[in-house]
Amino acid sequence: MTAAVETAQTTTIHGDRVSLLRVLGPAHVWALGVGIVLVGEFTGWNFAADKGGALAALIVCWIVGLLYTSVAMIDSEVTSTVAAAGGQYAQAKHIVGPLMAFNVALFLVFAYTMLEVSDAILLGDTIVAKAGVEGLTHNSFIAATIVVLAWLNYRGVLMTLNVNFVITAIAYVSIVVLFFSVSPWTQGAVLKLNELVTPGNALPYGWIGVIAAFQFGIWYYLGIEGTTQAAEEVRSPARSLPYGTMAGMITLLIAAAMTWYVCASLMPWEYLGITYYPLWDAGKLTGSPLLENLLFIATLLAALASANGCINDAARAWFSLGRDRYLPSWFSAVHPRYRTPYRSILFLLPIALAFAFIADLNQAITFSILSGVLQYTFMSINIMMFRKKWPLGSIRRGYTHPFHPLPAIVLFCLCVVTFFAIFLGFGSQLIAMVAFYFLISLWFHFYRYRFVRRGDQFTMPWPKPQGY
Amino acid sequence: MWMALSYACWGISIVLALWMLYDWFKVDTTYSEDMLTSSREGELEAVSEKHRI
Repeated sequence: MTAAVETAQTTTIHGDRVSLLRVLGPAHVWALGVGIVLVGEFTGWNFAADKGGALAALIVCWIVGLLYTSVAMIDSEVTSTVAAAGGQYAQAKHIVGPLMAFNVALFLVFAYTMLEVSDAILLGDTIVAKAGVEGLTHNSFIAATIVVLAWLNYRGVLMTLNVNFVITAIAYVSIVVLFFSVSPWTQGAVLKLNELVTPGNALPYGWIGVIAAFQFGIWYYLGIEGTTQAAEEVRSPARSLPYGTMAGMITLLIAAAMTWYVCASLMPWEYLGITYYPLWDAGKLTGSPLLENLLFIATLLAALASANGCINDAARAWFSLGRDRYLPSWFSAVHPRYRTPYRSILFLLPIALAFAFIADLNQAITFSILSGVLQYTFMSINIMMFRKKWPLGSIRRGYTHPFHPLPAIVLFCLCVVTFFAIFLGFGSQLIAMVAFYFLISLWFHFYRYRFVRRGDQFTMPWPKPQGY
Repeated sequence: MWMALSYACWGISIVLALWMLYDWFKVDTTYSEDMLTSSREGELEAVSEKHRI
């Protein structure tokens, strides 16, 4: 017991309290955001080509890039002010209200847990495809991915995101190496864009194909908003979060453009739209064993980085719900030595394993995308309310996004288009998910909210909002 | 080699899962629940931010 007291005294910040550790910098924020997203370049975005052709995949690359640039700008402004674990959950709680916050937290947990599941399945399938051994299944690789990364997250956020920085950087560099290895300035030598994308096949299904491609265009950037979950663990949230998030978005726009250019110049859209490994296949098609193996390893590293970041983010959203008693406060425990939300990490571990063993990749991806787009729709409304209740000059902002309300309007309109695209491909899942959130909202409103300490949940020392 | 790697993955997963369960038990029985759940949102901001523009 004496040892326990000594440990507690050396690891707490506020007297006898224990809280998350503020040790992260902008590079960790970048590693968290880009780490979660980059796997989308290695698989996922290319299914947009199946929906609308190679040109549609490029059009949605830029338009969805606009959507996510709006997300990054809006998120940076609000999070530089509401710097708390839970990210968008804490934003919703202070700006819209508890019911919205509860839903947003569930969007976050679902989006990140399902993405983690998808990453683990992808990693397992990639190893099995490479091995080509009869009887070898992906289950052991899935289990190892989820458990090892959960262990890493359990042991501390600094090491978790240091690892993410290194493996994300290697995966990113592999895309750059591939791009410059195929002489991108010369068509005909290796790349054959002129032959593969022609006026006759560029948009095989016309503009409706472009709309349908939005569903998978999301994969170019899905998860960049996850940077905000680190808000309570960065040393200077008002500076690090906008800097890390915007740098991450710029990095991803470059990676997305390079990925499309190389892949569309090496594979016909009919194949590009169905393969699970567009970049690995591109590496094979160059004829270089070195590039083939580099892209194989990079695919694994990208999946690992994404799953790692997702465990980090889902656990913090769940932890925040427990801390405000939206869920039992048992989930809000912080490890006194490692300073991580260890019970939330452990609680979500078997859930991720169960989904990874029973769900297929398409289902997991669809649930993740749906929850993500619901969250983005909320963000467009959230920023309008934020600017109205606390106009510029009324509270301190670490970053102020330009051209308001244009990014919010663009974001909302593009979310509507994306919902329509998802409805075209996965209408029943969309309806089932909305019904789930409706029912869980009823449970929260009529049952769970009675346990919430209503005054304690609003922690930001802000002035009264305008109009109240 | 791939089958050996697969078995190694199962082994690592089981060892790490057991370690986390052991550590969870040890922490929960060593520290009080009040202390473990004492984290509060926004404490640093409450100290450092005065919101005087």
